[in-house]
Amino acid sequence: MDAIKCYPPKPAKVYFYGTCLIDVLYPEAGMDAIRLLEREGIEVVFPDDQTCCGQPAYTSGYQTEARAVAEAQLELFPEPWPIVVPSGSCGGMMRTHYPSLFTGTPSEARARELAGRVFELTEFLVHVCHLRLEDKGAPQVVAMHTSCSARREMGLADTGPALLTQLSSVELVEQARATECCGFGGTFAVRHGEVSGAMVEDKRRAIEATGAECFVTSDCGCLMNIDGRLERCGSAVRGEHIASYLWRRSA
Amino acid sequence: MSVETYTPQRFHEQAHDALGNAQIRDNFRSAMDGLMAKRQESFAQWDLPRLRELGASIRQRALASLPDLLEQLETRCEANGIHVHWAEDSEQACRLIRELCQSRNAQSVIKGKSMVSEEMHLNEHLEEAGISSLESDLGEYLLQLNEQTPSHIIMPAIHLNADQIADILHDKTGIERTEDVDLMTGAARQQLRERFMQADVGISGVNFAVAETGTLCLVENEGNGRMTTGVPPVHIAVTGIEKVVEQLRDVPPLYALLTRSATGQQATTYLNMISGPRGDAEHDGPSEVHLVLVDNGRSTIYQDDQLVDTLRCIRCGACMNHCPVYTRVGGHSYGTTYPGPIGSILMPHLQGLEATRELPSASSLCGACGEVCPVKIPIPDLLVRLRQEAVGEGRGNVAGAGVKRRRSEVAAWKGWQWLATHPAAWRGATALAGPLRGLTPSRLGPWTEHRSAPKPAPRTLHAMLKRRHRGGTSS
Repeated sequence: MDAIKCYPPKPAKVYFYGTCLIDVLYPEAGMDAIRLLEREGIEVVFPDDQTCCGQPAYTSGYQTEARAVAEAQLELFPEPWPIVVPSGSCGGMMRTHYPSLFTGTPSEARARELAGRVFELTEFLVHVCHLRLEDKGAPQVVAMHTSCSARREMGLADTGPALLTQLSSVELVEQARATECCGFGGTFAVRHGEVSGAMVEDKRRAIEATGAECFVTSDCGCLMNIDGRLERCGSAVRGEHIASYLWRRSA
Repeated sequence: MSVETYTPQRFHEQAHDALGNAQIRDNFRSAMDGLMAKRQESFAQWDLPRLRELGASIRQRALASLPDLLEQLETRCEANGIHVHWAEDSEQACRLIRELCQSRNAQSVIKGKSMVSEEMHLNEHLEEAGISSLESDLGEYLLQLNEQTPSHIIMPAIHLNADQIADILHDKTGIERTEDVDLMTGAARQQLRERFMQADVGISGVNFAVAETGTLCLVENEGNGRMTTGVPPVHIAVTGIEKVVEQLRDVPPLYALLTRSATGQQATTYLNMISGPRGDAEHDGPSEVHLVLVDNGRSTIYQDDQLVDTLRCIRCGACMNHCPVYTRVGGHSYGTTYPGPIGSILMPHLQGLEATRELPSASSLCGACGEVCPVKIPIPDLLVRLRQEAVGEGRGNVAGAGVKRRRSEVAAWKGWQWLATHPAAWRGATALAGPLRGLTPSRLGPWTEHRSAPKPAPRTLHAMLKRRHRGGTSS
């Protein structure tokens, strides 16, 4: 049986690991995630030297390069505070793959210790903060795409929907084949561009078919992919990171 | 006549063709949707995580003592009157089977479904020796008529719809054209029935070979397996060396996992348990039974403590049924005997990374394959491992390791590594992305074929937090 995770009580301080995609493309999502945490009375510490978790190199087979970059991230979290990551993909890299990446190296123990206190944002809001949201927005129909890494690698299929369904004026609809990948997959989208393109086109159609006015996701890779497709097709439906959506509706 | 040859080297072109073929897309999508739903329903009353754990441990236990179990299997089989033969590779296995046929003056072979025989290209080998070899699994029979290879390991003709099958049966066997499935099946059954009676040798695969008892288990739905192994005077079973299990009691859990994972069936129509040739007091069955155990690269996989997990596979096909890539490009695009996720982790060992270099990267690593695998093969991790091997950063023990290593790509990753380990430089570089966003090309290769180009924000998160820290803006 897969381990059932026991969550710690709400801490006074957390580290925030912004991820490189949020840093460059979606910084407002990062700010909104920080605002959500701070509103829960948590002090958010953002180590300025953070860069990238190393996943792009790791999934491309460049393990040495991935390890070097990951090693630099291991240095950034000396205090025993939880590390909140607004991405199932980067969170999954740190929680699931760091331990094996450093197996047999002097950093193994440190990687395992760090992996044990990595939390994906929606997971942290639901299970650690026990967040209660007050919806201040107008009625809206929304679809959610949960990333494959959040769903399968981190086992977090329910935390995003659990937050959205707290919003009283929001109707959460589910697209057909909701559990299917959007076709991002990091360098896969470039190496196998045609297959990836077919996958994201199907995801676009599925989301549009729900009648949703917008869609949210907890991963900026999927966001960049699906929203890029929607924009390209001139769709009225557009996407955003769940942190921004939750903040805007409840602030 | 549609003679088709697919190769793994041409994955991109083959995938391109499949993606543009509405018929193929529709046939696979609807078939895979149905298979996924049936699988889910069939496990509804089961504690699937525990059953998968059990399946994985049974297979793992068998692999842990594989050399001993193979010896035990040989001893028990021989005691049961089953002659055991060993083949190091496809060529040796083909030759062995051909010689068995020739020494019995066999002209005609009838075959049950066997992926190992596909892997060995056994039919071609026998035909070259003047021995006719007919597939008796309905899907395989249709493919043989149509000169095609399987596109799925369980449902080999899944790329064809009823309309296309009607054409094949009409064109190739001369029956009156009908789309009535019962009539078509009846016609094929009639054609095959005659061949079963004439065949000198029956060749089948094996799903589980039980070391404890020397029993060969064959799982099937059409009864052709029973006919193949029971009617001709000689039965030759061929299987990979990894199919051995320790004890008879290992079979029920694996069978339960196999049928549900493959087709969503609670049980198949037939489960054959073959324990030897016809006994003196028995009225039917072959007078000779042979077992050909094929290595063909498996013992090399076995020596790697991570890649060995590949050998747990019980060939259910669930990984391909759930793969979003397979669902869209179909089985032929892979150009290999075993397509889909399991093929992408197995074929590099059988054909080398030189030929199969595109396959480990033909996955978004979504994890659907690993999630449904009944014996918990960590397929995504093994895909990543083979990507490492392909670019020369693995252990170097897979044939063709390093074949994808390009100086320019290595330099790019080294540059990325330098930047990501020099935070001040990283911040400087990423801070430039916003101000220079106007220069972002609107066409970024394959990405913008299908999507708008991502636009860097005016300021990075790092910069926003620095300003906020200084009191530059309120939040």
